[in-house]
Amino acid sequence: MANAQEAAAPNLGPAVELRHMHKWYGEFHVLKDINLTVRHGERVVVCGPSGSGKSTMIRCINRLEEHQRGHLFVDGLELTNDLKQIEAIRKEVGMVFQHFNLFPHMTVLENLILGPTWVRKIPRKEAIETAMMYLERVKIPEQAHKFPGQLSGGQQQRVAIARSLCMKPKIMLFDEPTSALDPEMIKEVLDVMIELAEEGMTMVCVTHEMGFARTVGDTMVFMDEGEIVEMEAPEEFFSNPKNERTQLFLSQILSH
Amino acid sequence: MTIDTGESEALQPAKAVFYNDPKVRAVFWQIVAVVGVIAMFWFLIHNTITNLDRQNIASGFSFMDLEAGFAIGEGMVTYTPANTYWRAILVGLLNTIKVAVIGIVFATIIGSVVGVMRLSPNWLVARLATVYIESLRNVPLLLQLFFWYALIVGILPRAKEAYGPFLGVYLSNRGFNIPLPDTWGYMGLLAGFLIALVAVMWLRRRNKKIHDETGEIKNTLGPGMLIFAVVMMVGWLAGGAPTTLDSPEFKGFSFTGGGEVTSEFLALWLGLTLYTAAFIAEIVRSGIEAVSKGQWEAARSLGLKRGQILRFIVLPQALRVIIPPTTSQYLNLTKNSSLAVAIGYPDIVGVTNTTINQSGQAIEGIAIIMAVYLTLSLSISLFMNWYNTKLALVER
Ligand SMILES: Nc1ncnc2c1ncn2[C@@H]1O[C@H](COP(=O)(O)OP(=O)(O)OP(=O)(O)O)[C@@H](O)[C@H]1O
Ligand SMILES: [Mg+2]
Repeated sequence: MANAQEAAAPNLGPAVELRHMHKWYGEFHVLKDINLTVRHGERVVVCGPSGSGKSTMIRCINRLEEHQRGHLFVDGLELTNDLKQIEAIRKEVGMVFQHFNLFPHMTVLENLILGPTWVRKIPRKEAIETAMMYLERVKIPEQAHKFPGQLSGGQQQRVAIARSLCMKPKIMLFDEPTSALDPEMIKEVLDVMIELAEEGMTMVCVTHEMGFARTVGDTMVFMDEGEIVEMEAPEEFFSNPKNERTQLFLSQILSH
Repeated sequence: MTIDTGESEALQPAKAVFYNDPKVRAVFWQIVAVVGVIAMFWFLIHNTITNLDRQNIASGFSFMDLEAGFAIGEGMVTYTPANTYWRAILVGLLNTIKVAVIGIVFATIIGSVVGVMRLSPNWLVARLATVYIESLRNVPLLLQLFFWYALIVGILPRAKEAYGPFLGVYLSNRGFNIPLPDTWGYMGLLAGFLIALVAVMWLRRRNKKIHDETGEIKNTLGPGMLIFAVVMMVGWLAGGAPTTLDSPEFKGFSFTGGGEVTSEFLALWLGLTLYTAAFIAEIVRSGIEAVSKGQWEAARSLGLKRGQILRFIVLPQALRVIIPPTTSQYLNLTKNSSLAVAIGYPDIVGVTNTTINQSGQAIEGIAIIMAVYLTLSLSISLFMNWYNTKLALVER
């Protein structure tokens, strides 16, 4: 059933579409009139100062946060209160967190097959094969039977990426995937992400790794105080930022 | 030391002076401690025996074979005052075990439910749980026992005017009188229950295997309940379909027939259960809260349902935090059951007390009580530690 659905729909619409989206935390207006369209295969990099609402925005895309006004479509389905719809969308959207959030009581392999066997309902053997394939791709197949606590930060984040990929998502969300890592581990994670981008994965990535943004980004989004201030192709964004706030932010982040 | 030491010597780390070696020191202090403890016990025992000899009190457990000569309110084995002290103490021991086991089971269930309720997003539900926890764990247990006992004895009528029967149960200030199955035919029902239990466990394993092999998720709950209903029904029919019960009846001055749950047991059980449940609820709450929000989020972003997240991610991690302090609560409940003395429930302490008063063998009596609590406590600890390591092993 799931396969038939996948094969049948080379969805021509956008992968993600946010239309006039607003969100409040109590009185606090976190997201103000967000409009963003992500095409299939597009790589969007989101940056902005701390507290500007970047995390909140991408967490709305798989409903870890609820928006209060406007519309949000993922792969043509609108996100509403409907639990079935939310589960269907979460199946197609992978998410990688700043702090990895691996399940500490399960081995790496068990982490990877949990979703496929219980959500995608794939036979265990097949799920293990897929999991080993992705571990191979993130270059740590030999760690399959270790527990997350026994791995380095960089290795843990690569496991987390593999865990999301095992669900065969159409869209991947990254929330500052490298900012909890030591400098020497950042590269190994970025390399995996670059490879993923080259394979054509649709990605929305919050990061301050501007080198990465330049290499793989199709679109740069700059947020400040809950608004999208500027949205531009990377060359234009870095060489010729239009908004003052973008200029200030870039001068700060690129100077050090 | 010169640089040119022989090769075999170079492989050994340099040795410290022996009295600075931590291993030597550890052994030394252990020997000192053991010698100290032995000396202290020898002194106590020697002193006591000499004193007892001087007062012409015989020591030893031979008095236990004598006739007890006092009545005991309730017990799980037959007992009359003509039985020995051994028998009397066995009755007390079984009474203690009974109230502790039933108390632990219900405290765990109520504690878990209240702990989860306290985390409910529903304001009223969470508030109710908080009120329960705060009021019960902040009032001394002894007072609560008096309260429950007074409530039962004070509100319910005398046995002659007992309320009921409600489904065959009479309520009076002596306790609850309940109907019991009266023929061996009911064994068929019990056998059916046990067979159904095995069958459902088999079904679970089969469903797990199917899930592993095909990914298909099969429900065990529905078919499981069906199995129980059908197999127990068959067992009941095979036993000759008994329909009669041994019902309590008020004759003369008291009830005959059926079973009795005394008001002393009820009050003690209620008090211990509700008091301990309040502590367990807090342990359960903090255990669940100890699992970080990130775990929920990661699991949700994989598309797992709430029930699956609890089962695979949150509970396994919470349980590891919950079990050690819960073990302490089980031990507390067991030891607190000795407050039974205050409301006249004949537990091990109550019975042994009477024994001491009658025989004058205080040291032997205290030794029995200590041995009983030590054995019970160690059994609970060992079991819970075994369970805990089983869970911990799953991690590393
Ligand atoms: N659960 C919450 N309740 C109330 N306010 C919140 C909550 N989560 C976030 N906020 C606020 O919303 C704003 C946006 O937060 P968000 O985490 O999206 O920022 P961010 O752009 O990701 O910042 P950073 O770069 O530090 O991760 C912040 O001001 C934050 O304090
Ligand atoms: Mg953030």
